[in-house]
Amino acid sequence: MALIDVKDITKVYRLGDTELRALDTINLTIDSGDFVAVMGPSGSGKSTFMNILGCLDKPTSGAYVLDGIDTARLSRDELASIRNKKIGFIFQGFNLLSRTTAIENCELPMLYAGIGVDERGRKALAALKSVGLEGRQHHMPNQLSGGQQQRVAIARALVNGTPIILADEPTGNLDSKTSVEIMELLVKLNNDSGITIMLVTHEHDIAAFAKRTIRFRDGRLVSDEAGTK
Amino acid sequence: MIDVSSALRVSFRALRVNKLRSALTMLGIIIGVGAVITMLAVGTGARRMIAAQIAGMGSNLIMILPGATTAGGARMGAGTQPTLSMGDADAIGKDASAVSDVAPVLGGIAQVVYGHQNWSTSIIGSTPSIFNVREWPIARGRTFSEQDVKTATKVCLLGETVINNLFGDTDPIGQIIRIKNVPFTVIGVLTPKGQSPAGQDQDDNIFVPVTTAQKKLFGTAFPGMVRIIMVKAKSAENMASAEKQINEILAQRHHIGAKQDSDFTVRNLTQIMQTAEQSAKIMTLLLGAIASVSLIVGGIGIMNIMLVSVTERTREIGIRMAIGAKTWDIRLQFLIEALSLSLLGGIIGIILGVSGSRALSMLAGWPTEVSPLSLALAFGFSGLVGIFFGFYPAYKASLLNPIDALRYE
Ligand SMILES: Nc1ncnc2c1ncn2[C@@H]1O[C@H](COP(=O)(O)OP(=O)(O)OP(=O)(O)O)[C@@H](O)[C@H]1O
Ligand SMILES: [Mg+2]
Repeated sequence: MALIDVKDITKVYRLGDTELRALDTINLTIDSGDFVAVMGPSGSGKSTFMNILGCLDKPTSGAYVLDGIDTARLSRDELASIRNKKIGFIFQGFNLLSRTTAIENCELPMLYAGIGVDERGRKALAALKSVGLEGRQHHMPNQLSGGQQQRVAIARALVNGTPIILADEPTGNLDSKTSVEIMELLVKLNNDSGITIMLVTHEHDIAAFAKRTIRFRDGRLVSDEAGTK
Repeated sequence: MIDVSSALRVSFRALRVNKLRSALTMLGIIIGVGAVITMLAVGTGARRMIAAQIAGMGSNLIMILPGATTAGGARMGAGTQPTLSMGDADAIGKDASAVSDVAPVLGGIAQVVYGHQNWSTSIIGSTPSIFNVREWPIARGRTFSEQDVKTATKVCLLGETVINNLFGDTDPIGQIIRIKNVPFTVIGVLTPKGQSPAGQDQDDNIFVPVTTAQKKLFGTAFPGMVRIIMVKAKSAENMASAEKQINEILAQRHHIGAKQDSDFTVRNLTQIMQTAEQSAKIMTLLLGAIASVSLIVGGIGIMNIMLVSVTERTREIGIRMAIGAKTWDIRLQFLIEALSLSLLGGIIGIILGVSGSRALSMLAGWPTEVSPLSLALAFGFSGLVGIFFGFYPAYKASLLNPIDALRYE
């Protein structure tokens, strides 16, 4: 059974009288352990699709089955719980809590999972160590470089042991050297821990790290191929 | 569910970031709680003092004052004209069946000399009944007798303070003191009563027979007249009938018709105390009004600042939701923040209220008493205000759409 199973998903935005089809009957399955790059021109619906996969947004029509669970039926709190247990997010803008130390940011998903304070601290520290941020745990986000902030975000995404990481342009705000470092980190997570990764990018060099690439154009899925090189 | 300690940490951090804003927001709660504490302290203190005063003056006490309290035209204040006589006191003692003791009183301030010591104190001229009426036992010696009153003997009983000031260690009984240069023999010593709740020394007194006071000390202008008559009713149930009998007897003796204003006033201590209690109650109500208005205003302030905070931190809310915060996680976070604001304000308000009550006692001489219950009440109230006014912002935050919140600029 596929980890992610998307059937005929459509997302329509209504702005006054005009209708905008941000996603148009998307069908896609992703198996556990895959590493998928999502590409396509700006405005083609990549972020919209990722938000639906992340249970942050609901499709206008169609079905999204995540790990055997039909998400359409779930309540707000059940969706929150799914996000907490199954999905780690990495955003272009890092989205760390300001005035909150790296380790506290990392502890956040475990806080909402109801994990005790000792275990939280221990696991958060281990996660920060695994992304190469040992010794930076008490830094505030504004005391870290962009690459370091994105590492904190990655540590936060994997600290709950979620099977999926959704990354929307995670290297968009980083220089190419730092981008490569971040990508190597993600590849390692995919290889070593078998975490399924979906990653939106505009750059072929970045997409090259993935096992599979899908492309959007005008809200439609136009290609789906293994590798890019 | 998020744990409280980390929620507290988050909310204190948020409050610290906007120190001035938080302080201003708390101001309403601070004033409200301060007023609640002061209000309850004034109320409790007044009630305490009244109870102690009743106990100190003697129970079932009725006072007859000369002059009328209500009169058309030129109004005489109670006690300004000497209209009560020894005969009035005797008549009440004889004819009023609801009365157990009657004590006419005539007194004043006088200089007292013993050896080289001298002391200015209040002299109370009365009959032996005064010690029953005031429920004031003799410590040593004896009280003056009816015979002493009849013959205007120059004998006296001393209060503790007078003894301390005139005699030191010497036994005063049998000694001669001079009051207004008239020699008096000390025949007894009164048990000490201590300070009155209003701070007056009740032991700074000398008791002499009323006739002696009239003839030798104060009675020159109006012979046979007394200043007030103190009456003890047989029991609390007899108070009303005692008052009625006194009114009838005196009206008859003073030839006062039904439509005329009387030249005396009958008051019982309960009434006097009720008046005092009334003014304490008014003060309490006033402070209560200030308290509730400030608490409401403070609550609205908290609500306002929390709404601002929710808007400012929309993105943070979005991040938390994306990571797995449920409805009540978000609600609790903002509720705890509102609660921290209001409870912190409550604590500062309690400190303010306690010092305010102290200041009232010290500067205005009001008896105040801060009870632990009032502290708990004030603290609880500020908490309720925080929860009540913090709920809507917290509710609003919890209803945000995660994706909109994340995209919020
Ligand atoms: N909340 C919204 N309301 C209305 N239209 C929206 C909304 N969100 C997205 N859209 C529209 O949906 C389309 C797809 O947007 P989306 O953000 O998914 O693009 P994208 O592929 O991620 O682009 P980019 O590469 O620039 O990030 C766009 O035309 C956008 O204007
Ligand atoms: Mg996008």
